[in-house]
Amino acid sequence: MAKTESTFINMLLTLVIITGVSATILGFVYEATKGPIEVSKMKKKNAAIEAVVPAFTNNPGQESYDVEVEGGKVTFYPAKNGDEIVGYAVETYTMKGFAGLIKLMVGFLPDGTINNIAVLEHKETPGLGDKMEKSKSNFSVQFNGKNPETFKLSVTKDGGNVDAITASTISSRAYCDAVKRAYDALMKGGKK
Amino acid sequence: MNQLQNFTKGFIKENPVFVLILGMCPTLGVTTSALNGLGMGLATAFVLIMSNIVVAAVKGFIPDKVRIPSFIVIIASFVTIVELTMQAYLPDLFAQLGLFIPLIVVNCLVLGRAEAFASKNNILSSAIDGAGMGLGFAFALTLLGGVREILGGGAIFGNKFIEGDGMLVFVLAPGAFLALGYLIVIIKKLRKTA
Repeated sequence: MAKTESTFINMLLTLVIITGVSATILGFVYEATKGPIEVSKMKKKNAAIEAVVPAFTNNPGQESYDVEVEGGKVTFYPAKNGDEIVGYAVETYTMKGFAGLIKLMVGFLPDGTINNIAVLEHKETPGLGDKMEKSKSNFSVQFNGKNPETFKLSVTKDGGNVDAITASTISSRAYCDAVKRAYDALMKGGKK
Repeated sequence: MNQLQNFTKGFIKENPVFVLILGMCPTLGVTTSALNGLGMGLATAFVLIMSNIVVAAVKGFIPDKVRIPSFIVIIASFVTIVELTMQAYLPDLFAQLGLFIPLIVVNCLVLGRAEAFASKNNILSSAIDGAGMGLGFAFALTLLGGVREILGGGAIFGNKFIEGDGMLVFVLAPGAFLALGYLIVIIKKLRKTA
């Protein structure tokens, strides 16, 4: 088969056809995967909510609301058992991680006590900062059952009550920062 | 060259990572564990096979002067398909590799095979070349990831067999260079004696 000549019109046609076909195929793939992607994101979020607040009967994902704090906003997922609020799952974040953004889901009891914390997203160093994940070390357990009113949310090096992860003071500080942001938001009108 | 040789050359003789030294960005970036390496390797292998097939199929229609942009569009389409599919059905793996999946587009291995092999050979040979090279790449990434995971974390495929932390430097960026360098030396030695 003879090679197509590199004339202007041939080049134009070739590129138009190739990009057109690619775009069409991608459109179909996007449509086909849109649903499952939403579902898997939702599932992950719901699992995190379930992990951090006491048992609930409502759908916190549908009753979520945002609260503004210090130039950003955190999302609240109220957990209710019947009509009574049993806890708040707060999706919070910090930019102070060793590798930037860290997202946490912090569960509070109605009186402000931390019930449990789950890590949603982070890019911390494997083997060091990633010990903030529950499966990798006991770091996050020390927050459970503590009320930030009396439990100072900063690492011991900075005069707080949190034992930092060994060799990961920056990640630990960032973690405290994110939890503090959630607590501040809760106190500043997150309760409903 | 028969088809069997065409397939097996990707593993040792022309291994894209250890011999051709192509696709270094994902090689060094994602191989913090054997599982990440394997996932990235298989994603790249899929893109490589599909793009090789399509490039070989349409090579006659593409004018020489626009062949590189055409190849890039074809490769980018497959990469996006992989990205969306992985996000939908393997969210955990995607969370680990997310950043590096779109970068398969600029992996010189994929474009390199399209340009150097698929644009000159028929569809069957190109598919086999893509499979061999892709699996060779996956093999190399898994091996590198495994070595780093064992030395750095005392684990393999996430199963811990040594308590404690291991030599953390191997999980960090410098460890990637160190481990890769020694693996290249070992592979060179093997190729000489074989």
